[in-house]
Amino acid sequence: MFEVVAFYLFAFLTIAMFTVTVITKNALYALSSLAAGMIFISAFFFLLGAEFLGAVQIVVYTGAVMALYAFGMMFFDSINDVKESVANPRLTFIMTGIIALLVVAIFVAPIVGANITAQYPVGMAANLYGTIDGNAQDVGVVLFTKYLVPFEVAAVMLLVAMIGGIILAGKKMDISITQLSEQEIDNHKTDTEIAKDIK
Amino acid sequence: MSDMGITLNDYLILSTIIFMIGMYGALRRKNLLMLFFSTEIMLNAVNIGMAAISKFHGDLTGQMFAFFIIAIAASEVAIGLGLLVLWYKRNNNINLDSLQSMKG
Repeated sequence: MFEVVAFYLFAFLTIAMFTVTVITKNALYALSSLAAGMIFISAFFFLLGAEFLGAVQIVVYTGAVMALYAFGMMFFDSINDVKESVANPRLTFIMTGIIALLVVAIFVAPIVGANITAQYPVGMAANLYGTIDGNAQDVGVVLFTKYLVPFEVAAVMLLVAMIGGIILAGKKMDISITQLSEQEIDNHKTDTEIAKDIK
Repeated sequence: MSDMGITLNDYLILSTIIFMIGMYGALRRKNLLMLFFSTEIMLNAVNIGMAAISKFHGDLTGQMFAFFIIAIAASEVAIGLGLLVLWYKRNNNINLDSLQSMKG
């Protein structure tokens, strides 16, 4: 009973939050409602017995990704409303429905069609090592045996992404504006001006 | 309904609805930052589906894939925001319509 109530409550909240994200014209509203939706999604993971995934969802999405967006937003003019022009909204809506249904059919078909047996059953760690049962332990056992290579590749990918982000966003950051005098700042051309000169 | 509890189908339908919201945003939005938000919504919808299938089949592989999806989303945001900042410095807007330098 508790599970049913929690599922419907969080389903309603998540859908409402994400709808606000998609529909609102204000970038800050979109950011905050997206963060709220991420938190509500972690509730589903806790309901599904994937506690570790739920914790990772909160830490990575609401902690890291949303903070990154919030910092990135400082570069953009997020006070103004987002200007958008949609040629044919109804067509977009219908196409969205069709594509989403198609994707879900593709995704669900193999599961419905075949009787899949569990390769890595839940509670594996307890069976193997006779220790306390827990989702984090199960995840650890599978992640560091079968999925060790993808795990390492993901680590390298995150490193590459970090270096890429620093190099992309951090150009011209060797010049510290706070340490320059007014005169020197005026003499520095901004990137926009340089781009105009090239044109 | 209440005596049966929540089934896999309920989770998959929820996942579909959230994915549709994200897809609608991705098709409708013209602002690149908003497109990124829509991408995050779609990734999260898939994560719910993965975790639900993992639970109802008693197999941890679904959760593993959800972890890797989260890792990929994090690196995508890092690179994507870097590119966005660069583009905004050049053009002073992040509108999708301004990205037409390859138009013939």
